[in-house]
Amino acid sequence: MMLIEILEQVLNGLLAGAYYLLIALGLTLIFSLGGLVNLAHGAFYALGAYFAIKLADTLGFGGALVVSPLAVALIGLVVERLLFRRFYREDPALGLLLTFGLALVAEQALRWIFGAAPIPFSIPPALKGQIFVGDFIYSKYRLLMLAIAAAAVAGLWLLLRRTPFGRVVRAGVQNPDMVAALGISLSPYMASVVALAVALAALAGVLLAPISGVHPAMGTDILTASFVVVVIGGLGSFWGVVWAALIVGVVRGLTVYFFPPAAEASMYLLMVLVLLFRPRGLFGERIQRFE
Amino acid sequence: MDRSPTSRRRRSLLKGAGAAAALGVAGFPAIVRAQSDAIRIGHLTPRTGFLGPLGEYAVMGVNLAVDEINAAGGIMGRKIDLIAEDSVNPQTASTKAERLIERDKVVAIIGEISSASGLAIAQVAQRNRILFFNTGCNSDELRGKSCNRYMFHTEAANSMYVSACGQALLRDGMVKGKKWYSLTADYAFGHDLLKVAKRFMTANGGAFAADELVATDVADFSPYLLKIRNAKPDLVVSNLAGAQITNFMKQYLEFGLPFPVAGFGFDTAVAWGAGKGNVLGIWPLVWDSQLKTPASQRFTDAFVKKYGKPPENQAWGDYMSTKHVAQAMNEIKSTDSTKVVEHLEKGAKFDILKAREGYYRGWDHQLMQEMYTITFKKAADVKDRWDLFTLSPPVPAAGQSLEVIAPTREENNCTMPA
Repeated sequence: MMLIEILEQVLNGLLAGAYYLLIALGLTLIFSLGGLVNLAHGAFYALGAYFAIKLADTLGFGGALVVSPLAVALIGLVVERLLFRRFYREDPALGLLLTFGLALVAEQALRWIFGAAPIPFSIPPALKGQIFVGDFIYSKYRLLMLAIAAAAVAGLWLLLRRTPFGRVVRAGVQNPDMVAALGISLSPYMASVVALAVALAALAGVLLAPISGVHPAMGTDILTASFVVVVIGGLGSFWGVVWAALIVGVVRGLTVYFFPPAAEASMYLLMVLVLLFRPRGLFGERIQRFE
Repeated sequence: MDRSPTSRRRRSLLKGAGAAAALGVAGFPAIVRAQSDAIRIGHLTPRTGFLGPLGEYAVMGVNLAVDEINAAGGIMGRKIDLIAEDSVNPQTASTKAERLIERDKVVAIIGEISSASGLAIAQVAQRNRILFFNTGCNSDELRGKSCNRYMFHTEAANSMYVSACGQALLRDGMVKGKKWYSLTADYAFGHDLLKVAKRFMTANGGAFAADELVATDVADFSPYLLKIRNAKPDLVVSNLAGAQITNFMKQYLEFGLPFPVAGFGFDTAVAWGAGKGNVLGIWPLVWDSQLKTPASQRFTDAFVKKYGKPPENQAWGDYMSTKHVAQAMNEIKSTDSTKVVEHLEKGAKFDILKAREGYYRGWDHQLMQEMYTITFKKAADVKDRWDLFTLSPPVPAAGQSLEVIAPTREENNCTMPA
């Protein structure tokens, strides 16, 4: 019986990993190419959720799932053009200050526009309910969430691995000076990467809005854990982040099973262990300019 | 290792993680308005972070009260000048309380929701002999071990919430011989509530199937829900707070677990934030706009007129406290905190927008008052987004003393430091 319960937590943990995955992937993308630690990433996640609630009235949940990330991507483009762009080559501390301030401004703006109180939002009726497999229970909605997250990850991987766009981005991560010497300007690529990254965060916002509270500080709440996933996974490593998200989900589930008070602490402990033994993270690549 | 200018990048990612954590504790300064002959009152409450949604209602409540008091002639003919700020966390709350008292010379501080910050403000108030009205901290400890002469509690104590909800559970046969599975917020408030809940449960013949602490940053409850499902308890008990209750209720219904749910700490904003079809269980409540007393209706109407939505119970707490401070000062014709304390300790009665008047009990300064429990309606019976539950008759019932739901001296003794 106990074994089944543990297995149940492991499987659920893999699912729960999707919780942080989309946000962590965006963070790692922006950081790898631009060297910018985007503390405002959580704000785009929150925007995604708020937009979804407003859009779902007219477009339905499916429509919101598509339109909200696109709208947030447009905002991301503007922010990139006006602000981020100036900080790629600056001291990282300046970028931190910028995005830290941006996160505060965004949170307060949400508070002004929508109020501090959480806004109700539900799972669409068609996706309510559970699926039972033997002893195991799955929420239909979470399975859909996992499917969408998996599709987003697969799409992103294909984009980075199999397209000319991806080749330039990967080259830019490894050696921006060489890319420049070859006569390729990274600037438009960077704009696309930021748009893509914040759209992923917004997608996470839409997906999580029905099962968690939608309030102005929701972005800040999820950001820290997402950073931990990036650090554990290792810089510049796509699959590292994916693995780290799954591992964090499983470790959390098992800690809840065996010693619940430490459930949230477990991922930080994991981060400390990873940093002690593999300072580059589990799958971190050796990137010349970050060494 | 290479020490080129960009070599600090990877470390900066770690700093980023730290700074992301720090984002949660940064607050926003308030704009201070000055008026020379006015009487200044300070208001501190969390306006950001996980209690921020409640803090917003607190601010609305205190502002409405000040408007009404000033329109009615103020305190002894002088207008109230309200200085309201975000209390953020215990350290900031303490610093801001000092500043309000020393620089702004406030005659009283009103507010707070976090029990930890409430304690910090109470200590400053006690040291400076200035009134502090607690409008939202529930911990029994603030009324017991940490009580002090200058602190008064308009918010009900955890014991009172547990007694109120407990009566409904006893009525439904949910205690004697039943197994409870409780989830408790892992900070001062939750620990205090768990202690009181445990006392109630064991005194009435119930037992824990499990009682688990939940860190305040838990957003995904799925691992807990799996454990609850396997434990098959008779009742699932929430000792959670704020936005976590919203997440818990939404995900409990997402997983469709069959066990009844009750909670010992609750705020209406939590239910409004979850929405129709995402709420369940029996919960205690300190006040609600469904109460039909004339004063309650007047407050509700004025609130809806000013803010375009009904008042939440936290708005009631800050509105009430402000009214009580002004009323007491007008009655004794003095703004001196020590004199107000003496007046209140003699058992001054106040309209608290409920069927019966309330009074601040002399030995622990807790407002003696009626409480209620709520039961959520079926989604089909819900009229609008504010209309989610039905309110029970008051607890204690009309003939009983208001003190029967409050902690006794044996349970929660308070010896006021001089």
